[in-house]
Amino acid sequence: MDALKRDRGHLRVNAEECKGCGLCIEACPPKVIRLTERINHYGYRTAEYTGAGCTGCGICFQVCPEPGAITVLRLVTPRSGVPRRNHTATTGAI
Amino acid sequence: MSEETEYEIALSRPKAFYSAFERKEELQHQTHYCPGCGHGIVHKMLAQAIDSLEIQNRTVLISPVGCSVFAYYYFDVGNIQAAHGRASAVATAVKRTRPDSIVISYQGDGDLAAIGSAEILHAANRGENITVIFVNNTIYSMTGGQVAPTTLLGQVSTTTPKGRQAGNEGYPLHVSELLATLQAPVYIERVGLGDNRQIAQAARAVRRAVENQARGLGFSFVEILSPCPTIWKMSPVEAQHWVRDVMEKTFPLGVLRDLIAQAEPRPVPRPAPSLDEIPRILGVAPPAPAASAERSSPKPASPLDLQVRVAGFGGQGVLLLGEMLAEAGLDAGLEVSWLPSYGPEMRSGTSNCHVRLAQEPVDSPLVAHPDVLVAMNEPSLIKFAATVRRGGWIVYNGEAVPAECPAEGVHILARPFTHIADELGDARAANMLMLGALLEIAGSLPQASVDAALMRLVKSPRWLELDERAMTRGRELFQEAFEGVRR
Repeated sequence: MDALKRDRGHLRVNAEECKGCGLCIEACPPKVIRLTERINHYGYRTAEYTGAGCTGCGICFQVCPEPGAITVLRLVTPRSGVPRRNHTATTGAI
Repeated sequence: MSEETEYEIALSRPKAFYSAFERKEELQHQTHYCPGCGHGIVHKMLAQAIDSLEIQNRTVLISPVGCSVFAYYYFDVGNIQAAHGRASAVATAVKRTRPDSIVISYQGDGDLAAIGSAEILHAANRGENITVIFVNNTIYSMTGGQVAPTTLLGQVSTTTPKGRQAGNEGYPLHVSELLATLQAPVYIERVGLGDNRQIAQAARAVRRAVENQARGLGFSFVEILSPCPTIWKMSPVEAQHWVRDVMEKTFPLGVLRDLIAQAEPRPVPRPAPSLDEIPRILGVAPPAPAASAERSSPKPASPLDLQVRVAGFGGQGVLLLGEMLAEAGLDAGLEVSWLPSYGPEMRSGTSNCHVRLAQEPVDSPLVAHPDVLVAMNEPSLIKFAATVRRGGWIVYNGEAVPAECPAEGVHILARPFTHIADELGDARAANMLMLGALLEIAGSLPQASVDAALMRLVKSPRWLELDERAMTRGRELFQEAFEGVRR
């Protein structure tokens, strides 16, 4: 990804909570979630973030049936409520 | 990881959930729901509503029977799991006894629309200030997929293997529309989990329904069309689409009732009595160890909470006697209850009634330990004498209480009231004689209230006159026996 452009959002999926239902994949507007090839402890192929393009909209969180399988993060901005669109990366890609 | 510093958490596990679900040995962060189950989605939006309204410490969730029976393992709030279908009745009780609590009845369609159809109908009709979340997936899922009242026409279930037929199983029950015919509900909306937009709308509706209660506005009901991938035998995504493309045709989404703008906050009921008081209210507390009645003056029972049992055989006017006392109390502005208990015979069977007169609302109409027993025959005396409170009274229709009768520590007025009534003009006026004595014991009921009660209950001029004389004579009989002691 372009290291000079930070995504507005970021996504964590807890592979031990996800049941691989795929609703988040269906729901994600920019289509940045996919199923892993790995099988988790429970025998599910779980969801994972592709690593780029998350807008932080939070729709995946809302449609996910598990309480804590998905965590949505948003880019910290100097002025609260206005996400930075062109933040210079100082620590590299996420 | 730069995300820790560059990004902040915007959406994560709501606080209204327990941090670990202790039902399970392992994976204590997962629910027991199938992948793609609508319950998880609804749980999350409900938890978010609880978080955002800051009501977690006063929320009580009523879990139903069905797949969501274990909701109490997930929500870190007060929890009660109700008998099948009774969640909205239980919610009513919780809300009324704990008016400050936010009570949410969470029910599926098998629970709410079938076995619980009476409970939800009447809770809605009373306009209880509760929130009902009705998760409709058109089928009994926990038990393996039997037909439900909400099953769509043609929908296959284990009990309708060729699809639901209206001629045999009836039509899908439209609960929201049914409840929307009632006057009391403040808010009724049907939402779905069929796509992103529907889910967002469902979350708003759930929040609104809970907020209405927090504002004291009254009954709020949200029906949520919800996928059941497992029983429908579909993938989670297919099931989601089926909600939107198929279910919604039978169950159109939308607001069916919205009186939120006009609704006035409902009056808050009295808080419930404390647990310690319950045995006394139910009359099952052991009789207080009162000082011996022989030594204390025969103080009449307090008119503030007078409990009377009247007993005799059918035709003696047992029930009328009790009704007269209750009516007079009502006329005097007291809280009263009159609970008749009699056999199927109109004459000569046993008959008795429980009467309570109090200044506070009467908790239980049952009188297990009367302050006064009016026994119009010997079997009734034998049956109930031992139940009279120490320091209480027995008014007995006989020359004397038999020696074997357990009446220790109790004041007794025993007179042959039937004979005295016969001398007055009619033996059947014995009940009014005994009522006269009872009114003396009861103390401060105004004569005007007694007269008003008599006018209401006795229509014949002949009986009116006789009853008035009998009551006066009854008062005299009491005064003659206890002259100087009573007042």
